[in-house]
Amino acid sequence: MRTRFFHVLIYFITISFLFGVNVSAQKENKTIQSPKEDHCYSCHKENDNLPKDFSENDIHHHANISCSSCHGGDPTSGDQEIAMSPSKGFVGAPKHKDIPKFCGKCHSNINIMRVFQPRIATDQVEQYYTSIHGKKLLAGDGNVAECASCHSAHAILPAKDPRSTVYALNVPGTCNKCHGNSELMKKYNLPSNQLEEYSKSVHGVALLKMKDLGAPACNDCHGNHGAMPPGVTSISHVCGTCHVSNMEYFNSTGMAKAFEEQDFHGCEQCHGNHAVLKPTDEMIGVGKDSKCVDCHSSGDEGYAVAEKIYSSLTNLKNQFSLADAKYLEVKKKGMNDVEIGFLLQDAKQALIQSRTLIHTFDSTKVGAKTKDGIEISNKAALLAQKEIDEYYTRRNGFAVATLVFLLVVIVLYFKIKDKEKKANK
Amino acid sequence: MTGNFGNKIISWIDERYDISPLKNMLKHKKVPVHKHSMWYYMGGVTLFLFVVQLLTGILLLLYYRPGEDNAYESVRFIVTEVRFGWLIRNVHSWSANLLVLFAFIHMFSVFFSKAYEKPRELTWVTGFIVLVFTLAFGFSGYLLPWNELAYFATKVGTDIVGVVPVIGEPLKIFLRGGEDVTGATLSRFFGIHVAILPAIFTVFLTLHLLFIQRQGMHEPEHFKNLPEEKKKYIPFFPDFALKDLLLWVIVFNVLIFLALYFPWELGNKADAFAAAPAGIRPEWYFMFMFQSLKLLPAHILFLEGELLGVLFFGAAGFVWMLVPYIKVKHRPNWKIQPLTLIGIIIVAFIVIMTVIGYLV
Repeated sequence: MRTRFFHVLIYFITISFLFGVNVSAQKENKTIQSPKEDHCYSCHKENDNLPKDFSENDIHHHANISCSSCHGGDPTSGDQEIAMSPSKGFVGAPKHKDIPKFCGKCHSNINIMRVFQPRIATDQVEQYYTSIHGKKLLAGDGNVAECASCHSAHAILPAKDPRSTVYALNVPGTCNKCHGNSELMKKYNLPSNQLEEYSKSVHGVALLKMKDLGAPACNDCHGNHGAMPPGVTSISHVCGTCHVSNMEYFNSTGMAKAFEEQDFHGCEQCHGNHAVLKPTDEMIGVGKDSKCVDCHSSGDEGYAVAEKIYSSLTNLKNQFSLADAKYLEVKKKGMNDVEIGFLLQDAKQALIQSRTLIHTFDSTKVGAKTKDGIEISNKAALLAQKEIDEYYTRRNGFAVATLVFLLVVIVLYFKIKDKEKKANK
Repeated sequence: MTGNFGNKIISWIDERYDISPLKNMLKHKKVPVHKHSMWYYMGGVTLFLFVVQLLTGILLLLYYRPGEDNAYESVRFIVTEVRFGWLIRNVHSWSANLLVLFAFIHMFSVFFSKAYEKPRELTWVTGFIVLVFTLAFGFSGYLLPWNELAYFATKVGTDIVGVVPVIGEPLKIFLRGGEDVTGATLSRFFGIHVAILPAIFTVFLTLHLLFIQRQGMHEPEHFKNLPEEKKKYIPFFPDFALKDLLLWVIVFNVLIFLALYFPWELGNKADAFAAAPAGIRPEWYFMFMFQSLKLLPAHILFLEGELLGVLFFGAAGFVWMLVPYIKVKHRPNWKIQPLTLIGIIIVAFIVIMTVIGYLV
């Protein structure tokens, strides 16, 4: 009897819980209005009075979310007086300072958002207020970017849609709308040539010219909703998100500490920031393009290390180029290049690893890796030479064979002629 | 010295096995000499290329490993690692193509000189069968490297077989060793290429050669009509044989040249799940049939166009084999006799369709 009572109790609690959750979800969802007949949209369209930036492809419009979900009012009423009455909750267009909270009504509520995307983040508004944009907005700055500045108000598209303002390829242009405005940026004592610099950089070329979506856009280094310029200490972490080994090597050296003490900007100190160019081997060493000589001078230990590293790298690079030239010749001659190709891949890998090891500032480590690469390159070059020699051996062999065949043909020809002569006699 | 030694061996054999009939035949066999004598050499070149195929095929067999996981790799091994493997494989591929080319030339030269007429009907029939098996050699050998192009060409080729009513579908499944072209097809084609075909081929080729040796070379009409004293002959042995040898040496040199300067690509390994590569086409000697089937409309009357095409080529091949038994009335007023005209149309059709096939 007692057991049965417990069972009933458990069922009751479970059902009540589920029912309760359901009710609370319904309560949360009441912000979103998807009426069968949306009079806001139909009347505004009929009167040619839709917002200027309105797009039929807007993500909210596609999800059948009524204008009233953001602006309030009663979309079921065809009477403007009733539909847009403050008593029906109509709020109209939000003020600039209120926009993040306005969007956050839904976007900060996981119960609402999970209906559309089960794993969507809902901390955008929270992050926004930690950003420079958010802080300034709270301080009453009317110029800073809010949600609609980047996403637009009525033509919002998912970030993966190539037409979206926040699609990776479009992000630099979107940020540049404000950050490229020199008048506006003057007020904040900021430069306005970032896009120009970025476009020339290795990242900008990869993203904007080669359409490589893996290349970083502005938000990949600065963050998006929590946008903030990386500080001196965090810069190597920002770059290290992608350039993991370089960051690990650099951070484990004494150089990292020295940089911090000197207030140097980690990676940026040698590579620059927006205009980061494809690094060259000449950046190391003691030549005119060297970054090492900015701090080190002849006679000190760093200067000698830089010289050694540069020499090791150059040796490997030269051996690799020699082997690669032979490899191309083998390919051109149509000989067997498979094994040489594999070896050169390994040699190239060693070259890349050696270049990464520069960030240890340890000439022994770089030297050991370049030695591996040189050995592989030499092996490849040897194999390539063998194939080139084989190519000529085949042709010479053919020439000799043809000569022999020609002799046989001549002998046969005279034999036949001889026979014919005898037969005619 | 060498001659003496050779004579000694021949006498040794003759003493035991009495080869005088063979010696007599060689001694008395004559070959007519006239303005079209050059066509007599085409059969010899075809035979020579067959021998090249046989020898290079045996050498390839030493390294070739059939099977989905091994075939492509073993051919790549042959052309990259095995000493002279590249030469043997390329000579085998080139020789196969030249063999078909010379077989066609030989066949049409026989046709236009009417050498198939009585009493040589069976020489023609066995020759035609040998040609059909040569094409089968080509078709089965094409798949053996198990590369992309061969894989899809075999798929298309066996699909065409499946079009034939009643026996088509079972024949297709028999050829493929299942519903689709798989490793089972490769094993099957390998067996067909190196065991079944050579066995049958040898029988018909032997018959074909025996018939030729028994009946001697055909004399064309204009030669037959010459007065006896104007008819010129050369002994088959050694005169004609020497000329044959001369030509074979030149053909062999050309073969090596082609193998060295125009090696056959191996391409990518066959992948059943990959998209069909561009430019899938059968070997050139099937191109005229393939192109004709492509040009046919989807439906002709109540029959499918492709089916009609396949049936037509099947029937045409059969009629072609029976050419010696077809009697067409001689028309003295016609500049070109009806059968010759048909032959010219057939050659033109094959050439034009092949060219279109490569251009389109």
